[in-house]
Amino acid sequence: MSLNTRRKLLPWLFIGPGLLWLLLFFLYPLLNQASVSLMTGNPEQGYDLTWAFHNYWDAISEYKEQFGRSILYAGVSTLLCLIIGFPLAYFTAFHAGRWKSFILLLIILPFFMSYVLRTVAWQLILSDDGTVVSFFRTIGLLGDDGRLLASRTAVIAGITYNFLPFMALPLYVALEKIDPRLLEAATDLYASRTTAFRKVTVPLALPGIFAGSLLTFIPACGDFINAALLGTPQQYMIGNVIQSKFLNILDYPQAAALSFTLMLFILVGIFLYARLLGTRNLTEAAI
Amino acid sequence: MAATEAEADIHLDGVSKRFGDMTAVDDLTMSIPRGSFYAMLGPSGCGKTTTLRMIGGFEDPTAGKVYLGGSDVTQHPPYRRDVNTVFQSYALFPHLSVEKNVAFGLERKKVGKAEALKRAGEALELVQLSHVGKRKPAQLSGGQQQRVALARALVNRPRALLLDEPLGALDLRLRKQLQIELKRIQQDVGITFVHVTHDQEEAMSMADTIAVMNKGQIEQAGSATDLYERPRTAFVANFLGISNLIEAKVTGDQRVTTHDGAQLHAPECAGLTGDVRIGVRPEKITLLPDGEPVPDGYNALRGKVVVAAFLGVSIQYVIQAAGGEELNVFAQNTDGSEPEGLAVGREVQLVWRPEHTFVVERG
Repeated sequence: MSLNTRRKLLPWLFIGPGLLWLLLFFLYPLLNQASVSLMTGNPEQGYDLTWAFHNYWDAISEYKEQFGRSILYAGVSTLLCLIIGFPLAYFTAFHAGRWKSFILLLIILPFFMSYVLRTVAWQLILSDDGTVVSFFRTIGLLGDDGRLLASRTAVIAGITYNFLPFMALPLYVALEKIDPRLLEAATDLYASRTTAFRKVTVPLALPGIFAGSLLTFIPACGDFINAALLGTPQQYMIGNVIQSKFLNILDYPQAAALSFTLMLFILVGIFLYARLLGTRNLTEAAI
Repeated sequence: MAATEAEADIHLDGVSKRFGDMTAVDDLTMSIPRGSFYAMLGPSGCGKTTTLRMIGGFEDPTAGKVYLGGSDVTQHPPYRRDVNTVFQSYALFPHLSVEKNVAFGLERKKVGKAEALKRAGEALELVQLSHVGKRKPAQLSGGQQQRVALARALVNRPRALLLDEPLGALDLRLRKQLQIELKRIQQDVGITFVHVTHDQEEAMSMADTIAVMNKGQIEQAGSATDLYERPRTAFVANFLGISNLIEAKVTGDQRVTTHDGAQLHAPECAGLTGDVRIGVRPEKITLLPDGEPVPDGYNALRGKVVVAAFLGVSIQYVIQAAGGEELNVFAQNTDGSEPEGLAVGREVQLVWRPEHTFVVERG
């Protein structure tokens, strides 16, 4: 084999395994589910491809409430993650000194435990005879028979808790990269600390805000664990519907149609978000 | 002294800065006159950058006061001080265009967007970068970034410009070119420049006044000629150029005797007594072959040639003096050959005019 041919083959050797993986475990299931989403039939006799595009319309019109709820809960949680995560990441990046690694460890520590178990722990924390509820009752934030569990608040709190590291870590990376001399330069050029924060820190943290929001919002949209464990059917999100269609009712076409609809929503959302923040931030976030 | 303080743009009064156990700046008092090009020169760790950062407001002095134009600004944050800094790393905002970088200070001062952009354009013109206003800093070369940093500071017309090793990251050719440009700009705008550098040639070619710093204190401040011809400490004598230092004792009016017994005339020693160290620059010394008569009134020492290096424009000799010191001598290459009488191993005489003898304190 000539050197030239080998040179041409080398890149394929590198991307080959990844490409094969994506073809087998991403593209094939995706196309497979796309065809399933256009099938009709029933669990007993099986499903046939009939190009039933009405599956999509049926799915959206029947579950628009859960769709709306998913986007609302995921959106509110993403916002809360940003509000909690930004000061956390800011402090860690600029003021933590020798505690930096320790704080970063604390941020990822919850991942050492299973997702479901962490959420079950929140069930206990928010339970009716738990300390949080009795404290809220004492200070009057909750009525005497008020509860936290099985409410919208509980589901959003759970999602916020579970996805906080996905927000905090990209924010930390973006803030950490900011040269402190830039902030000195801003104050040297008559910017107060607040103005320097607004005009220099936040714009330079945008790639992190962008990446963190996507990493939080996308999985939160499809989440079903939090609503299942901390909510009631009144708080069910689209993930709960898809999960029960696939695993309990075995209505595969509708489950697939719902999945693709969710994917479309998210893609359109990302596109609008990228337009809002500028595409440069998208590419920078990827680096 | 009161009069100079009033004229001073920048005045430090007994300023110290300690970081933990380390004293970076030690009880420093200095005045920088309005409109001057003032260089702070010293090796790394001498406290020059810390001093500059205290003037800019980025470090709080542990003790002492900082005055700008006569008023005490020790407690003022950087954004309330009428000085601007050109940072060593330039610290240009990567997310803003060159033009927006330059207009940043003006916009904070509520100049108005249109006016700010107009003045930013003028400042870019001053540094000959009008054509790159719309680009991002990352698209510029190091030299261009340096000039943008300069324009960004100058556009605010500050009382003084603080330059922290502004040419340190550039290659030699660009550095030389920008030295001249900086000097020209300073003369054009007429504001005080405080320039921190470890490069003696840079300081000497640009500054009106050079303060040589060592261990958190100013060893000596003065014009380049002052410092070079009449260094008052061994540190200054060795940091600026090459010096030949010899131990001696004052034995009469303007007379010293070196430790090996040679009698020298040193006008600078008038009024001094006891042990001193005298010095003479290598290019002030003329070498004479042994036995040739010493011109009237010249100082003379005896020695032996150890090294004779032919450098083209000059010949550099190292002479072992009778007292044991190794002395440097630069002889201009006027003959087009290495003189036979001054070859390695020959006994020679080193002669120089008494007024070229300087005195650094003992030790």
